[in-house]
Amino acid sequence: MSEHGHELSFTEKYIFSVDHKVIGLQYMITSFIFLLIGFTMILIMRWQLAFPGTVIPIFGKLLPATFAPGGILGPTGYNQMGAMHGTIMVFLGIVPLAVGAFGNYVMPIQIGAPDMAFPRMNMLSYWVYLPGGILMLSSFLMPGGAAQSGWTSYPPLSVINPGQTVWLLSMVFLITSSLLGSMNFIVTVLNLRAPGMTLWRMPLFCWSQFVTAFILLLAFPPLEAAAILQLSDRVLHTSFFMPDGLVVAGQAAQYAGGGAVLLYQHLFWFLAHPEVYVLILPPFGIISEIIATNTRKPLFGYKEMVYAMMSIAAMSFLVWAHHMFLSGMSPALSNFFLITTMIISVPSVALLTCLILSLKGASIRFTTPMLFALSFLPMFGIGGLTGLPLGLTVTDIYLHDTYYVIGHFHYVVVTGSLMGLFGGVYHWFPKMFGRKMDDCLGKIHFWGSVIAMNGILMPMLVIGLQGQSRRLFDPTAQLHNLIGQPMHVLSTISAIALMLFQIPFIYNFFNSMFRGELVDSNPWKATTLDWDCPSPPPHGNFAKVPRVYRGPYEYSHPDHNEDWLPQSREHAEAAR
Amino acid sequence: MSTETVAYENVGIPDGKLALWLFLASEIMLFGTLFTSYIILRTAAPAWPVGWEVLNVPLATLNTFILIASSVTIVTAHSRVQKRDQKGFSAFMALTVLLSFGFLIVKAVEYGVKFSHGIFPSTNIFYSIYFVMTGLHGLHVIVGIAWNLGLMWWAKNGGWDDKLFEGRVEYAGLYWHFVDVVWIFLFPALYLL
Amino acid sequence: MGNYSWLLPVQASSFAARIDLGLWIIHAAMILIFVLWTIFFAYLLVAYRQRDGHKAERIHIDHWKSLAPDAAVLFFELSVVALYVIPTWSSLKMSLPDEKDSIVVNIVAEQFNWNVHYPGPDGKFGKRSAALIDFSNPLGIDPTDPAGADDFVTVNDMHFPVGKPVLARLSSKDVIHSFFIPAFRIKQDAVPGMVVPLWFEPTLEGDYEVTCAQLCGVGHAIMRADVKVQSRTDYDRWFASMAPVKKAGPSGATEEW
Repeated sequence: MSEHGHELSFTEKYIFSVDHKVIGLQYMITSFIFLLIGFTMILIMRWQLAFPGTVIPIFGKLLPATFAPGGILGPTGYNQMGAMHGTIMVFLGIVPLAVGAFGNYVMPIQIGAPDMAFPRMNMLSYWVYLPGGILMLSSFLMPGGAAQSGWTSYPPLSVINPGQTVWLLSMVFLITSSLLGSMNFIVTVLNLRAPGMTLWRMPLFCWSQFVTAFILLLAFPPLEAAAILQLSDRVLHTSFFMPDGLVVAGQAAQYAGGGAVLLYQHLFWFLAHPEVYVLILPPFGIISEIIATNTRKPLFGYKEMVYAMMSIAAMSFLVWAHHMFLSGMSPALSNFFLITTMIISVPSVALLTCLILSLKGASIRFTTPMLFALSFLPMFGIGGLTGLPLGLTVTDIYLHDTYYVIGHFHYVVVTGSLMGLFGGVYHWFPKMFGRKMDDCLGKIHFWGSVIAMNGILMPMLVIGLQGQSRRLFDPTAQLHNLIGQPMHVLSTISAIALMLFQIPFIYNFFNSMFRGELVDSNPWKATTLDWDCPSPPPHGNFAKVPRVYRGPYEYSHPDHNEDWLPQSREHAEAAR
Repeated sequence: MSTETVAYENVGIPDGKLALWLFLASEIMLFGTLFTSYIILRTAAPAWPVGWEVLNVPLATLNTFILIASSVTIVTAHSRVQKRDQKGFSAFMALTVLLSFGFLIVKAVEYGVKFSHGIFPSTNIFYSIYFVMTGLHGLHVIVGIAWNLGLMWWAKNGGWDDKLFEGRVEYAGLYWHFVDVVWIFLFPALYLL
Repeated sequence: MGNYSWLLPVQASSFAARIDLGLWIIHAAMILIFVLWTIFFAYLLVAYRQRDGHKAERIHIDHWKSLAPDAAVLFFELSVVALYVIPTWSSLKMSLPDEKDSIVVNIVAEQFNWNVHYPGPDGKFGKRSAALIDFSNPLGIDPTDPAGADDFVTVNDMHFPVGKPVLARLSSKDVIHSFFIPAFRIKQDAVPGMVVPLWFEPTLEGDYEVTCAQLCGVGHAIMRADVKVQSRTDYDRWFASMAPVKKAGPSGATEEW
């Protein structure tokens, strides 16, 4: 493996590596493992929802008795898994995959940089993220178990419940990792672009990472503050979030009082709403790359999309309280957040419109990554549309905190973000390993996943409309939920199917690493710089620093004999 | 990596300085959030203790002067680096570190007196805020001390002639000014209002 | 079960129909947008698929035209907001019925029960204090306050007369709960340390269910209560039959004790 002069030990090369590509792959593998763990948790929970009080197959016997007495999931176990599913999927799964993995691997080579601006800090951010993740998982083994107050961790519940301290500590790790990463990304984009790579010549993926880094940089500190205050409520018995006169289980709580319960929600959502855009913008960038490459024409409205992303990022700091219409916050304040919420939908529609119109006049190649990118468009559409009745205060009265909400944000994050990220894996796999993933298995993975995902999420919208509250350990304990029970069964069966359809992907991923079809450095005939360097790129990426002569998506250029004109090629070859 | 020196597209600010400003932006969000929480909790409270009646204003005033003085000494240390005066740098940096320790000692005395009177963070919401905010600020002071000691060590072990040295002293100074500014806000917010 | 269907539950409060109107308008619009949009999408996929003799065109569509969908969406949203959402929200949340014409109750949530504090025949609530809370006095009603002598508390069982607004002051003893009656289309978080007013007017006699919509701990799923909407005479008879809380335990306690 050491075709280059400088000899590095195994540890330096693969474990404590400072190479952005190795770090990117570390992030990718780690976050996929976390996604799998988080998904296994929801399978166990979904079994309980569909068949309450029955023994969980396979996992029932493996879980400790505190969790699942006699193989039947208990309410404490359910709440722990519920909180951890959300936390793992958002903070340990999707964000590290979208930003840590793809951002790290692809962004520097797309702007022609030899590495990130601060390679050691980059390594550090992975090595802060991983212990944070392990700490999060280890909380299951702590006395009292893992956090069980939902991923939102609302006080006073989270302050009086066991398990939250480790959750908060591990959040501090994850936030630190994100902050280090986002500083690194911004500096790299600003100061390390190849000659000629002006900001307006950057591929949309780089723009999406750049904008996302700003969101992470500015939105995470308020959560960090909220975590610090909650931690001190738990450890030092301060009362930031503990109001006067709390009586828990008939006993007066040992707190001085004077705290503000809603303050935490404001701080949390001030981060967590922008966080939604952290989940969605990088996949938007990924599918923009895939769509440009596979339509063989320039993207429609490149600048419009960049401006849309920027305005989404800016606006995302002004909409947080639409999660709090019914929290007891002043109803007059709700009107303000109602209006900002409606306004932020405009740039999202603009992004979607641009990508759809990009298909017009194209010559669409239905490659596997393209299928994932195309499915993103209607599925994210459902996610966006179902956000409408939730964003309107009046209809939110009925739908808030029901399964409709769960259906809505999973449409955004699962059929949206996750599908976009899968597309990215298929798209950049040849760059990462010099081999292609198998097309047939990829298509099985795609069709299976997209159908199973809809089978999981559509029923949730229905039972949400029926008025079923979320986070119920046993929905059949309440009369009005009984009618929706078959929907839970359908959803659970689809979830099991979704798990099965990931098997071809996992097999395909590892098998193709060693036995996939060998391809040259630019198998998709794409224009951006990432396809200019060898696959996999060596340390330092480019043998010679590339020079950039034009914008990112010069496909089907009239002065050029091929249908793609790379950014780094000085002159178009052969006029028509 | 190529050996030729290429001019990467950049915004004309060195990487380290840019990163530090970004870091400070996130720090401003962090402390901004805490100050906002303070305002919200205070306006919601039916009664609020008067800072200068329950806290030790003379000690805090002393600490304010200590921090301002240390900001001056760190700027002087930086200008000594520009003048290539290693002795002067070491002296002024040592003075900065000493002053920072002085700040921590005064803070510890303040805390100790409170504890001995049976006042803890859990006593009431005012002390919750007082201890958590000054504690977090104290942590930043400790980080600053470690940073400055690291620079002094590096200066003696080959760093003095490194072309990055002057920049790093400048960044340490920027960070230190930020810590100072946070205190300038904390002091009136907790002690005087 | 007759109250619940595959879609929305029965409309059992005065503003249920208004909320449903919004839900239907928005869902109809969503489905219309989605269908039109999917047809266009499918057409593009078929018409511009890669095939022999077909080349991608470097067409530059007029960029301003692409803002038309954005403008249309914004126009639709803002019209819904101006014509429906803000007026409805104001009448539901920003104005309350007159206390004299309403049934006034305190609803106090706790892990994992809904306590309803009725003022008794004198229409006045006794003072409450957290310090007085114990097993026999779950809301801490002050026994020395004459206004509280005839107060009574029900647990997980609330009765309201049909056709009269109910003004509820919602609060919580421990953690955040959320008071949700699907058939009434009403939901409001019960926040410790706060008293949030809430009103609704039952319009249909029958048995309904309160559910907790905010994760409140281990028993979140079993935190439910019965709502009985009765005719005026039935309600009055029930109200008269409720013994006041003196030193005895709360009457009407049905389960979970």
